[in-house]
Amino acid sequence: MAITEENPGYKWVGTRPVRPDGVEKVTGKARFGADLILPGMLHGKVVRSPHAHARIVSIDTSAAESMEGVKAVITGADFPDLAANGAHPSEIDVANNTIARDKVLYEGHVVAAVAAITREQAEAAAKAVTVTYEVLPHVLTVDEAMADDAPLLHDAMITKGVDPAPEEPSNIASKILHERGDLDQGFGEADSVVEREFTTKPVHQGYIEPHAAVADANTDGRAHIWCSSQGHFQMRAYTATVLGVSPGTLKVTAAEIGGGFGGKTVIYLEPLAVRLSQRAGRPVKLVMDRDEVFRATGPTSGTRIKVKMGVSKDGKITAAEVWMAYEAGAYAGSPVGAAGMTAIACYDIPNFVVEGYDVVCNKPRVAAYRAPGAPMAAFAVESVLDELARNIEMDPIDIRLANAAVEGTQASYGPKFPRIGFVETLEAIKEHPNYTADLGPNQGRGVAAGFWFNAGMMSSATVHINENGTATVVTGSPDIGGSRQSMALMAAEELGIPYESIKPVVADTETVGFNDVTGGSRVTLATGAAVVDACRLIVEDLRGRAAKTWDVEVDQVEWVDGQAQHVDGAQPPLSLNDLAAKSGRTGGPISANASLNSRGVGAGFSTQLCDVEVDPETGVTKVVRYLTAQDAGRAISPDYVEGQMQGGVVQGIGWALNEEYIHDTEGVMENPSFLDYRIPVASDLPMIDCAIVEVPNPAHPYGVRGVGEVGIVPPMAAVGNAIHDAVDVRMTELPMSPIKVLEALNENDG
Amino acid sequence: MAQVHFSAGLRELTGGAAHVEVGASTVRGLISALDEMFPGIGARLSEASSVAIDGEIFTDAEYESVSDNAEVHFLDIFQGG
Repeated sequence: MAITEENPGYKWVGTRPVRPDGVEKVTGKARFGADLILPGMLHGKVVRSPHAHARIVSIDTSAAESMEGVKAVITGADFPDLAANGAHPSEIDVANNTIARDKVLYEGHVVAAVAAITREQAEAAAKAVTVTYEVLPHVLTVDEAMADDAPLLHDAMITKGVDPAPEEPSNIASKILHERGDLDQGFGEADSVVEREFTTKPVHQGYIEPHAAVADANTDGRAHIWCSSQGHFQMRAYTATVLGVSPGTLKVTAAEIGGGFGGKTVIYLEPLAVRLSQRAGRPVKLVMDRDEVFRATGPTSGTRIKVKMGVSKDGKITAAEVWMAYEAGAYAGSPVGAAGMTAIACYDIPNFVVEGYDVVCNKPRVAAYRAPGAPMAAFAVESVLDELARNIEMDPIDIRLANAAVEGTQASYGPKFPRIGFVETLEAIKEHPNYTADLGPNQGRGVAAGFWFNAGMMSSATVHINENGTATVVTGSPDIGGSRQSMALMAAEELGIPYESIKPVVADTETVGFNDVTGGSRVTLATGAAVVDACRLIVEDLRGRAAKTWDVEVDQVEWVDGQAQHVDGAQPPLSLNDLAAKSGRTGGPISANASLNSRGVGAGFSTQLCDVEVDPETGVTKVVRYLTAQDAGRAISPDYVEGQMQGGVVQGIGWALNEEYIHDTEGVMENPSFLDYRIPVASDLPMIDCAIVEVPNPAHPYGVRGVGEVGIVPPMAAVGNAIHDAVDVRMTELPMSPIKVLEALNENDG
Repeated sequence: MAQVHFSAGLRELTGGAAHVEVGASTVRGLISALDEMFPGIGARLSEASSVAIDGEIFTDAEYESVSDNAEVHFLDIFQGG
């Protein structure tokens, strides 16, 4: 189902053609990060800390270096000391997270790496590296880390954002604060007030493809890296920083990517592979095992969140107070900032305080995960709002409509919203048959909403017209969500040629202009705008070539349906094929580049409706029906838009019901495999119904907003609210696993 | 004059002021003027902020134009996934 504003006559945009990467993927020809094999290539293996927090006393690599087949062994000492070089603290953190120098800060932290002829030899050598640790006390949660007597991860960490600045270090990296109005007055005006506390656990992005990198270093200091990432330009920049070299000495080729969801916007293996290759004089491949992915790559934060909200009888939210603490893992940088900005952004609330803390602890450094920070905050806020609606006997959609942010609303994080489509997503849910479908015994229905900013940032594109009138569209944005198809569809629309005549390509860092990371739901908006710009340059060029051919002024030439037409019909049309075949006579090859720092980002909203059935004897919750409505702005590729919407929902359901990092008392992860860390599979779920809402972003040539992230914001609250509707228990801890639901049911009975 | 608004987290640098009026034609000029009013705020704004001008959010906004009566908000930088 799609709710579509009037289509302005697009021929290709909004269609559902065969995906350009489909054949290679279904025939096994697509090359992912681990697939590359180079002549003479060595296999690497990383040595990781078994301790959650320890000082490195010594590392003895001599035994490993003497083993058969071993060609290189490296430690933190093989990398420049960025702290001594005056680097920015964030760069030092990236380097120290790549390989520890003095302290290990989580179980799985890298301390050394080896390269050998075979993988088996590398694994044996890694075991032969002897590391002597002085084990230190650790902290695993925000509560432990924020305690007065907590052991410190970083001796010099002074909390930012506090006035006056603390004199003593702590594990609190920063505080954020947003406030407006008068909280006491707001709660005083409320007819119903609900106050709840919520906890969520770290969860992994759960991409199927583990991290992998191949590096081939030359003796002139240059190196070529092939890796699976969401942004090979960023991999180049980060790797250059850690190695202490110019980015221009590194060439990075983007492999096909088997999922990222934010978790592949950071580096782990690339600098290690380059340094090993430099030491060994041969190419080196590093591939993580699944347990390494879990133990050492970024999950998202575990959190503790307190929410107090009040409403008047007519459903207006009079006040909101939100306190949140987010785990950052080993280094500062949890997404609590975005959480603070998004927590109540769906609503126009006159009085609020949102306070948040970025807290380091002895777990892997968190990484971005779809709408980073927003889902946990939404779980808390949307659960409380559901309870308030019940207290005043108001429909859950109606209470959201009564408070919904619209164009001109002063967002809780500051600026006024431009044209947005939140109300339309609420109405789409309310008008859908699912909203009034019958519910069976022990079944319940929940609603929740979410907001995400989306992003713009920098992109480049090149368009080549081939000699037969087909086109190659070259970008530097790794395709994690169907961007190649979106680029091809927009190019087809602009050039007026069939989608099938366009080949979209993701090029390496030396072949196309700079592109920021594929993240923030930005690529169809920003890289798409660059493609549109490049295509329009091509069209202008083609009009000029037709004018030259006809010996007329260029304003006598129009570009219509893929061909040059004389405005008076005085000349027979010239197709793109005609012009391309004779390009040598009219100026040479037809090609254009466009680069931009994107403007006009369009915010994204999603409202979701979940029906569950809870088994009161086992506590098992089954999702029986699910509907997601999301404002895409314009769905360039509806298939992929629905895929993004469904993917976000499915990950959110996993977060809601099953997924969590489990650590023992020593800080060792106990479930680093997909057997014990269970993500939803197809048989667990119903079809996720999609209602694409299209409220075009007026700042984009095709109205694009971006769709990759906001879909994961509402599911946890939608599921929790549905559980409450089904069995009358309010779940405040994620995951809402069977044992927790059962405990809550038993407490109700007691 | 542009209307510049500060999040609560930035008000530690503005003596508690939630908003001020500043005459500047670009974000760079605006930050410079703010740094004269509130010494030290310039570095913080340059390093750790996105800028919303009349509702549109910019990164790397140093040379963006600021019109008379523009509503400007400095925002914490956030990362997408």
